[in-house]
Amino acid sequence: MKDLSMHILDIIQNSVRANASTIDLNIIEDKDADLFKIIIHDDGDGMDVDTLNKVLDPFFTTRTTRKVGLGLPLLKQNAERTGGYMTINSELGEGTETKAVFSYFNIDRPSLGDMPGTITVLVGANPDIRFNYVHKTEDGEFLFDTEEVKEALDGVPINNAEILMYLRDMIKENLQAINVD
Amino acid sequence: MEKIKSLDDLKKMKESVKAKIDLREKSDKPEKVVQVKVAMATCGIASGAKEVMTYFIEHLDKRGVPAVITQTGCMGYCYAEPTIEVTKPGEEPVVFGDVSIEKADEIIEKYIKGNELVEGIIPVNYNTIDEK
Repeated sequence: MKDLSMHILDIIQNSVRANASTIDLNIIEDKDADLFKIIIHDDGDGMDVDTLNKVLDPFFTTRTTRKVGLGLPLLKQNAERTGGYMTINSELGEGTETKAVFSYFNIDRPSLGDMPGTITVLVGANPDIRFNYVHKTEDGEFLFDTEEVKEALDGVPINNAEILMYLRDMIKENLQAINVD
Repeated sequence: MEKIKSLDDLKKMKESVKAKIDLREKSDKPEKVVQVKVAMATCGIASGAKEVMTYFIEHLDKRGVPAVITQTGCMGYCYAEPTIEVTKPGEEPVVFGDVSIEKADEIIEKYIKGNELVEGIIPVNYNTIDEK
């Protein structure tokens, strides 16, 4: 995967397929501690202990169209390459939380990539899921909650193309204001 | 420096969008909604499916084609990612592979707006011999 936003899109796909109704995405950039944290939490179906133990195996997947499931193993590899780690916790019937921690300044850390585009695509394709995106740097915090957006929209569909393009610009400008690359 | 966009600005902007939507529904165009599904599994995302989806969202709207664009999981054609499935109203779904931005443009102009089949279709046969 070229950048972190693609990993994020990939992992959130897992949450969508687990029938989540609310997905929380937390990105915390902490230069002082040399940490780049990504936490994705959903309230979907969750996994039992057996599945949870198999999930990091690249040859395990719930899909029927192919025999490999690379999303999680690739993310773990990328995190560990920078000296970081990835953990995944889940409870059947409650949901799942995936946490990936990278060294901020390590040369092997992929760049963040296109977050505005990623969020736009997620909201556009899943207008009924509540996305709660919080991005924190030392220069501030940006909160994007589709619940709030829908309130502001007052009935106009959130997956309308013009609205999506506007949201993409809005996210981009707000992230620039807190100095996200 | 321009003021940063916020939810308040969104509220102001939504009125013009709402007016456009109402106008579209009141017009006498027949219910013609094209469905575009973009495959977004790991292989798709790594090959640029996100850009393709954004392109479809933006351009089908700009060119006035009423459409619903969603994502699906892996369709199994990992060797030909990005892949999309286009279902025109009243027609069988067609799967296209190796959809670059240029290809997406071609598909919109030639297949969706016109009726020409475009190169790069992955044959998907829903009926097998066993089913007969």
